[in-house]
Amino acid sequence: MPPAGERIVAWAERRLPSLTRMRRREPLPILLHRRRIYIVPTGFGLGFSLLLAVMLVGALNYANNAALMMTCLLGAATVGSMLVAFRTLNGVSVGGLRAGTARAGEAIRVSLDIAANQRERMAVRLDVAGREHVVVVTPATPTAIEFALDTDFRGWQSLPRMRLHTTWPLGMFRAWSWLNPDNPVLVYPRPESLGPTPFEPEGDADRGRPRAGDELAALRDYRPGDPRRQIAWKLSARHHGLLVKDLEQPAPKEDWRLDWDSMHGLDDESRISRLARWIDEAKDSGRRWSLRLPDGYFDIAQGDEHYHRCMTALALRP
Amino acid sequence: MTRFRLSLTRAPVDEPLLARRPFDLLCLTMACVLGVHALHLPWWLTLTLAGVLAARWRQRRSGGRNAPFWIKLPLIVLLLAVVIAYYGTLFGREPGSAFAVGLLVLKMLESEHRRDARVAIAFGCFGLMSALLFDQGIAASFVVALGLVPAVATLRSLEVVDPDLRPLRRELLPVLITLLAAVPLALFAFVFVPRLNSPLWGAPTADRAVTGLSDRMAPGEMAEVLTDDTPAMRVTFDDAPPMSASRYFRAYTMTNFDGQSWRPDYDGGSRSSGTLEGQPRFNYEITLEPTRQRVLPVMDMPVSAPDDARLRIDRTVEADRRIDEVYRYHASAATDYRLDATIDGRQRRQALQLPNDVGPRARELAASWAGKFGNDHLAIARAALAMFHDGGFRYTLAPAPLGRDRIDDFLFQTREGFCEHFSSTFTFLMRAAGVPARVVTGYQGGYWNKLGSYLLVRHADAHAWSEVWLEGRGWVRFDPTGAVRPERVSLGAAAAAAGSSSEGGLFDMAWLRNARDRWDVVNQWWNQAVNGFDALRQQGILQPFGIRQTDVGDLAIILAVGCALLVAGALGWAMFQRREGDALDAWMQRLERKLARTGVTRRTGEGPRHYLARAARSLPAQRNALERLSQLYLRSRYAYDEPPPESLSEFRRQVKEFKARRVVK
Repeated sequence: MPPAGERIVAWAERRLPSLTRMRRREPLPILLHRRRIYIVPTGFGLGFSLLLAVMLVGALNYANNAALMMTCLLGAATVGSMLVAFRTLNGVSVGGLRAGTARAGEAIRVSLDIAANQRERMAVRLDVAGREHVVVVTPATPTAIEFALDTDFRGWQSLPRMRLHTTWPLGMFRAWSWLNPDNPVLVYPRPESLGPTPFEPEGDADRGRPRAGDELAALRDYRPGDPRRQIAWKLSARHHGLLVKDLEQPAPKEDWRLDWDSMHGLDDESRISRLARWIDEAKDSGRRWSLRLPDGYFDIAQGDEHYHRCMTALALRP
Repeated sequence: MTRFRLSLTRAPVDEPLLARRPFDLLCLTMACVLGVHALHLPWWLTLTLAGVLAARWRQRRSGGRNAPFWIKLPLIVLLLAVVIAYYGTLFGREPGSAFAVGLLVLKMLESEHRRDARVAIAFGCFGLMSALLFDQGIAASFVVALGLVPAVATLRSLEVVDPDLRPLRRELLPVLITLLAAVPLALFAFVFVPRLNSPLWGAPTADRAVTGLSDRMAPGEMAEVLTDDTPAMRVTFDDAPPMSASRYFRAYTMTNFDGQSWRPDYDGGSRSSGTLEGQPRFNYEITLEPTRQRVLPVMDMPVSAPDDARLRIDRTVEADRRIDEVYRYHASAATDYRLDATIDGRQRRQALQLPNDVGPRARELAASWAGKFGNDHLAIARAALAMFHDGGFRYTLAPAPLGRDRIDDFLFQTREGFCEHFSSTFTFLMRAAGVPARVVTGYQGGYWNKLGSYLLVRHADAHAWSEVWLEGRGWVRFDPTGAVRPERVSLGAAAAAAGSSSEGGLFDMAWLRNARDRWDVVNQWWNQAVNGFDALRQQGILQPFGIRQTDVGDLAIILAVGCALLVAGALGWAMFQRREGDALDAWMQRLERKLARTGVTRRTGEGPRHYLARAARSLPAQRNALERLSQLYLRSRYAYDEPPPESLSEFRRQVKEFKARRVVK
């Protein structure tokens, strides 16, 4: 782009924030309406208009009224396509943000819902994270667009600016609107790659001894948090309470009591990444853990919910 | 973060290949372009290009891709060579369009991406349009308009997400609707786009002569015209149409004879027109098909020249410019006239001039008449007519070819021919007998279309007759063809030809004639309303509104304002969104607007009961009304699944009656 063009764009971004990507952040859902949809002809549209102009002059010059009428018809259809392009975006709403989990450095999967009232929208395009997604939006059910975002740091990460646009129906006009959603997604801290295991109180001689086979190890009483598929339904029916099958459970491991203050001589970020690694390891090896932070305590437990709670707390450490 | 890009997007290198549906539609568009040009392209070129197109379509359908360079380049060179070899040049209407259509078809060989398809479609539209340079009749125009449907459908299918999954009907139907929706704006623009008074650059030259009259007449050469059934012009009369036998339309007066052919005397035409005594009897209007000539046929005998044309001394009319499109003009004619009661010596010499070495036997015959009747020129002319009538002459459109001496051969050998032979020989005989005479060509007869109340003159109605100058009477029309075959003059060319051959019997079938009448009325309407809508008529378009002449500036303003209004109307449609909610919500919103004027606006998230209670506190005078409204609303909304009609109408009535007035304390 020539410098003059860049200057114009820079000026436009300064003076017309809603026209360009400098739009201020706003919460989802975002409803597109006429004050934030812009239309310009595409390169093809410009070329085609030029051709129409040539045809117009030619028809006038040769006083060929039939050709003039065809030219007018094509021109009018072109103008009409501009309005159709506008109608494709008008009334479209973007919302329904769903995000997966990712640790800093990994890509996080994000999905957005595009919904439209009243009529079907053909070929709505969303430019986000360097890719263009094309969807047809039906009035009844919102359409989800999934994309992956690169992450660098733990904590709340805001969604990038994205452009919702369309060149429907003839590719001669592009209607677009910039979106700058205010809804961030959470990125968990990056665990350190190597490091010591946490201090364990005592007696860990047979830790991790593998248990062979899928045999039923024991039946025990149900405790809240047990997975449902391990419940022995048939046996439970003849019993007064629920029984749970203990399968391939490795030898009981020591619980890890993770403590922010147990690490000396480390800065905050190192502590966070070490705690993150420990939590990861604890979860992977199926042991239970507790986490003590300067401003909170998560009592000893295991499972996904516990994991997410702990990781969220770590991610949001100042 | 996405980089900001203006919409002038460059096609990325890895742009996906065209899906099957857009490519099919693209091929269909190209086939349309080829089809609309087929009439004037040489047939072998049309067939070859169609073959290339079909081969490419099959090749890509079976998974093939771009044609390699070594196929494309020789094909382009071959096309260029063929066009130049056939037409002798690359420039001009025919070779230009042949080359362009060929290039468009060859472009298909390398159309793999969206970008190629768009370029091909844009120039395909241009190709469709250029077909109208050859024929702008109603049929051709509609065929071209239909050709736009696959073109626009291609552009549309380039945007569709999964084009191959949709039925073809779902591609073409919306395009048809789009084009129909564009018609009002297109028509408005068509009417008000300022026409040019004179072309910016040269009008297209006719590479092939349009069939019709020419300014040269040699016996036997008009046969092509006489079998051409296309319309030459259409004539409407202010009053009753004249008798069939007096429907003579003169185009050329030919004075110079070189033994082979007759030509007009252009040197004498520049002086002022001769004298005409007579009453104008007919006012009429002619819609003339393009002739690519300047001459305007007018009815015998023209009283004055139409606008933008001048009357020559020999009473033919020449327009100021060539007639390249349908042209309309008014004129009036006198039936009882005396033309050029006196002629000067030059005119007399011209009207007696004969080449020396032609027709010795004819000269003898003429000399014998001159000796017999002396100065009674009328008697000489009658003698000649009598000879044609009784001398064993036969009217036919396919006469035996004439030898070197066309006059003697015809008079004494073949004795068969049509109007050209008779008028040429008659004029020769008159001149040889010392009677000033000349040949006139034009049209005679025509077909009266009852449905449209106009006279349709076809090229087949072309005719040649003679004019003889008689002392005291001036130029008098003699039609020797009428002496041989009276039906030619009284019933027209079709009837005359029907007698001599069996063709034409089909046209007597009533339903066919009826259908032809109707079709011709449509053509006439199209010619007058569309093709004949020129700068002059555009300037007069606002006459019903009291504006005598609309100039270009006014037209531009009207065009701009009108288009803006139409587009604004369409914009209204584009912006319109059906209001969410039902009728009850709509009336509730109306009540809210009324209350808002007094300052009680509904807060976000405020329920109706709370809101109306707050309004009642703030407007104590309407407290009862508001409480009733509140109860009515709550009951209509929450007591039933759907608000029942009676309570809805009650609510509506009360909202209408409600007057929000703040009581001044």
